[in-house]
Amino acid sequence: MRCRRCGTSIHRRKPESIARTWAFLIAAAILYLPANLLPIMLTSTLLEQRSDTILSGVAALWRDGAWDIAIIVFVASVVVPILKIGVIALLLWSVQSGARWRRSERTRLYRIVEFVGHWSMLDVFVVALLVGLVHFRSFADVQPGPGAVAFAAVVVLTMLASMSFDPRLIWDVPAKNLPPAPKS
Amino acid sequence: MAVQTGDDSKPELVICEHCDSVYQRSPLPAGAVARCLQCGAELYRNRRVDLDTMLALTVTSMIVMAIANAYPVVWMDLGGQSRSVTLWGAVLSSYDAGVGLVAVVSAACIFLMPLLQIAVLIYVLVPLRAGRVPQYFASAMHALRRMQPWSMVEVFLLGILVSAVKLAADAAISPGIGLWGFALLTYLLTLITSYDLHELWDLAAEEQS
Ligand SMILES: [Zn+2]
Repeated sequence: MRCRRCGTSIHRRKPESIARTWAFLIAAAILYLPANLLPIMLTSTLLEQRSDTILSGVAALWRDGAWDIAIIVFVASVVVPILKIGVIALLLWSVQSGARWRRSERTRLYRIVEFVGHWSMLDVFVVALLVGLVHFRSFADVQPGPGAVAFAAVVVLTMLASMSFDPRLIWDVPAKNLPPAPKS
Repeated sequence: MAVQTGDDSKPELVICEHCDSVYQRSPLPAGAVARCLQCGAELYRNRRVDLDTMLALTVTSMIVMAIANAYPVVWMDLGGQSRSVTLWGAVLSSYDAGVGLVAVVSAACIFLMPLLQIAVLIYVLVPLRAGRVPQYFASAMHALRRMQPWSMVEVFLLGILVSAVKLAADAAISPGIGLWGFALLTYLLTLITSYDLHELWDLAAEEQS
């Protein structure tokens, strides 16, 4: 069946929503380890050689006194990915176990993780900018590390996971007591 | 999602995309947003699409985008040497340094997706303004919706700020024209995406009937 107006095929729910979302989510969770353990950036200057992971980058900002930027990067790179993986796993589990609790809040939770997810790309862009900018032959050079690739993959995978999830599944389990009739 | 009943161009029923509740469309005060009573998702807005304004914003975005991409976003001075970086400098350096995924994601989310969004909107808006529905209208509208989450100009803007702060301890950093370009582009894209694209479907349906 196709929509009379826009021509896309109509389906009750996104096809294979739960299986697809789990697949993207598990891949994201596995890559989350190298993304955080491997360096995302290697800096060499006359004085030092340094390799930074996501967390040590945040710590360096904090030590330099830029605590506000450190918090922003920490939220975008650490809090948001963990929150997103956790929330989507919770939603999948609750849908699969036929949960009836707090549907409205769960739908809101879904919208929040979908809304904030792309901000995690922040550190990927920072790496690209610094690699492009810092090439001073003898003084300083910045090279990207393998963690940056893993981290970019994590962000893309969590975005695909939240796009594959169908929030209407939350409402599919009939309530024990009849829900309030939708008002017009 | 909207359900067409009868031959009216304006759908009478609206279905919540997040919980499947069905509502009867009722007129809203200007600028208001209708939300689902059950789950709080946005249903529709009363932000009447003004094709002239929207087209003007879109064409301006295209020009600003060209400027933002052509000029350096940041300048850096270190030991008497000066260097700058453009978006493309960052993308190509990342590619050369062996992190292809970083380069591809950056190019796609900061350049390709916003560019396609703007181009597709112009492709849709110009004929609609002349009272015609463009060929492949439905595909173009679907593409717009698909591209939206991958367009990340505002995240890049924050990325420029973070990079500048990281370097500020060791070097003199100054903003480039590209930075102002990306700032303005972020603002313009926010204005453009605040329109309810469903209105364009309604307009197209009016033209076709
Ligand atoms: Zn709803």
